[in-house]
Amino acid sequence: MTGPSMPLAAVDPVAQGDHRLKEPPGPPPQQKGHRTQHDEADGGEDQKAGEGVGGRGHSVTRVMSDYNFAYLDEQTKRMIRRALLKALAVPGYQVPFASREMPMPYGWGTGGVQVTAACLVPEDRLKVIDQGADDTTNAVSIRRFFERTAGVATTGHTEAATLIQTRHRIPETPLTEGQILVYQVPIPEPLRFLEPRETETRKMHELEEYGLMYVKLYEDIARHGEIATAYAYPVKVAGRYVMDPSPIPKFDNPKLGGCAAIQLFGAGREARIYALPPWTEVVSLDFEDHPFVASKADHSCALCGAGNSYLDEVITDDRGSRMFVCSDTDFCAGRQAAGKAGSEGPKEGA
Amino acid sequence: MIMIENLSKAFTLHNQGGVRIPVMAGAALRVSPGECLGLTGQSGAGKSTLMRMVYGNYLADGGRILVGDTDVAAADPREIVALRRATLGYVSQFLRVVPRVPTLEVVAEPLLRLGVAGVEARARAADLLARLNIPERLWSLSPTTFSGGEQQRVNIARGFAHPYPALLLDEPTASLDARNREVVLALIEEAKVRGAAILGIFHDEPARARVCDRLVDVTGFTPGLAA
Amino acid sequence: MMGAADLNIPVRMKEQPLLSVRDLGKRYGQRIGCRGVSFDLYPGEVLGIVGESGSGKSTLLSCLAGQQRPDEGRILFDGTDVLALSEAARRRLLRGDWAYVHQNPRDGLRMGVSAGGNVGERLMAVGARNYGVIRETAIDWLGRVEIAAERIDDRPSAFSGGMQQRLQIARNLVTGPRLVFMDEPTGGLDVSVQARLLDLLRGLVRDLGLSAIIVTHDLAVVRLLADRLMVMKSGHVVETGLTDQVLDDPQHGYTQLLVSSVLQV
Repeated sequence: MTGPSMPLAAVDPVAQGDHRLKEPPGPPPQQKGHRTQHDEADGGEDQKAGEGVGGRGHSVTRVMSDYNFAYLDEQTKRMIRRALLKALAVPGYQVPFASREMPMPYGWGTGGVQVTAACLVPEDRLKVIDQGADDTTNAVSIRRFFERTAGVATTGHTEAATLIQTRHRIPETPLTEGQILVYQVPIPEPLRFLEPRETETRKMHELEEYGLMYVKLYEDIARHGEIATAYAYPVKVAGRYVMDPSPIPKFDNPKLGGCAAIQLFGAGREARIYALPPWTEVVSLDFEDHPFVASKADHSCALCGAGNSYLDEVITDDRGSRMFVCSDTDFCAGRQAAGKAGSEGPKEGA
Repeated sequence: MIMIENLSKAFTLHNQGGVRIPVMAGAALRVSPGECLGLTGQSGAGKSTLMRMVYGNYLADGGRILVGDTDVAAADPREIVALRRATLGYVSQFLRVVPRVPTLEVVAEPLLRLGVAGVEARARAADLLARLNIPERLWSLSPTTFSGGEQQRVNIARGFAHPYPALLLDEPTASLDARNREVVLALIEEAKVRGAAILGIFHDEPARARVCDRLVDVTGFTPGLAA
Repeated sequence: MMGAADLNIPVRMKEQPLLSVRDLGKRYGQRIGCRGVSFDLYPGEVLGIVGESGSGKSTLLSCLAGQQRPDEGRILFDGTDVLALSEAARRRLLRGDWAYVHQNPRDGLRMGVSAGGNVGERLMAVGARNYGVIRETAIDWLGRVEIAAERIDDRPSAFSGGMQQRLQIARNLVTGPRLVFMDEPTGGLDVSVQARLLDLLRGLVRDLGLSAIIVTHDLAVVRLLADRLMVMKSGHVVETGLTDQVLDDPQHGYTQLLVSSVLQV
């Protein structure tokens, strides 16, 4: 994403109105101005793209009673739940479902939103993150969408959430039993780029013909000297299906396996749902002599000093100054609240 | 080693009104190991036809053609392929090779097909080419570009690369100069000494007299001419 | 002088057929694709199938290679009934013991994948997981088909037609198949390039002991490559035999016509 380097008022939660975050707010908005590490193919999102679905700049979110709970009608939710149950029963297998038109464009998380809608109950506490942040347009929009259509409580705290919808990240804080993580997926088929025929890729999954997946990794090494795939890194699930983990950085891949929470993946445009039940074995594909490495930028967070979290590179002024900060805003804020500080500390952020 | 009994052959020309032309009837002969038998008879009498039938190139209509234990007149194609590979050699008048393949490989190929190691096969091929006075600078070139006499010598080298127990020679000394003719006759004599049974056509009468132990006039096997 | 006994000549006569085909038939509605085709192919044997366009030779090849399901008949490969195999087993055959060389290399190659990736795919499909070994094997095979090792990371789209065809052959042979199907392997290539490819195929067939079925309309190609010939007309096999015998002493009227129609050079 390119754009002016000035801080963007549009992503300032205060400027956008109250989003009912009662917890300490995330890092100052300036730090989220530019992201240089992930520009995903599903794009379409621009943090300046205006107000989200539900946003009209009201100071108080009003629950809409004209719609069914969580927007979708009960029949649709049942249909999606059946797909989810099947997906959980066959980990990593892409279950087709009758994806609905949602009041947002494809690429904004229509698949994830439908899955979330089908899972939500009034008692839930929802967290929505986009590339780790709670305060980007996409996250704010979706959170507000469910605030208004389902009236559920929301939170920025990973530990406090019962359901987390995410785009492109897994929270740094380990998830626990009882939590659900819903991924927004642009292209569910990991074999798509090498084999364009859906009939053929389905057959390949059926017969476990995954040689082609390794051709992709081979090409990476041949071209770049290492497996250069940095996100959407393919995994094998429970020794059976090869799965696209959505465009999360490969740094997050190790968190997919042996996870206590339920992980659900929704692809709205392609009408596919897949899932990882708790404690599923998930292995990132690699070669014996080029093993998988969960890499990240070789820095620690400038704000909280964390050395083991995934970092975003942020341009801070017109002269190209930059710093590395946690992509997970809740994780970073929690560490700062606990008195941890990085090289930049709070002095410049204000 | 080679035994022919009551062999008959006719060509049927389906595209010319189904005309049937009998070309051979009652042919019989026998060649023992170490013996060279010369076929004689005027041009068109069927010398080459008989030779081709022994090689399996022409189909027999009746009779038997025993080469070793194989009846060529009744054998499966793959039995004939195996026979040609190991037992029955053929030096024809024409060289038929894949263009571009170097001469050394062309000559070594019969050995390579038998599973002989490349180094050994090429050494044997080099020996023969040198003996037949093919200059070494030509060995890496395809013989398709060679003169008629050179092609003939490459063909002979190829035919003698493997010590076949039975050998068919169709005009092996035609278009050769005296020096190379002598080499070829020596090769034939050596083959006889090692026990090869040879069936040959020689228009070159002194050559025929030198290497052939017996002669058979095929005119007697030719319907219409025999009478 | 060497004696025949010193050469350790393999005895092939007692072997079982690698491929055994009985009464194979395929119809397209009322029209016959091919019918009543029976033959045995033995290890190391090369069978040529010739005939003009529409003779059924391509239908037969696609039925044999598992691309189409025949309506009748049996195909045994190494004693296994191929038509009774599950799709998984059939596809395993297609990337293991069998290989298929397409007339158009674009149909048999992944044009967006490097030469090395193309050759390596079958290896990875059968479980190779060591990049270094895969690459070494790919370089070895590129060498065998006379493609320079430094082209390993180039895509086939940067190759000439002859190179693409050689790459397709390497890609197919890398897993050591026992049976190779070839559909007009020299079609669409310049004559000089054809010769080089023919020489290469001959050498590979000889050195690897491959069995092959080659469909072509080019009689010169089968004369140089095939041990045996099957002549097809209107879906039926009209003549079979040793290649040079069928070409030099054709018995069936159609074969006589076919052979006499070839321009002599």
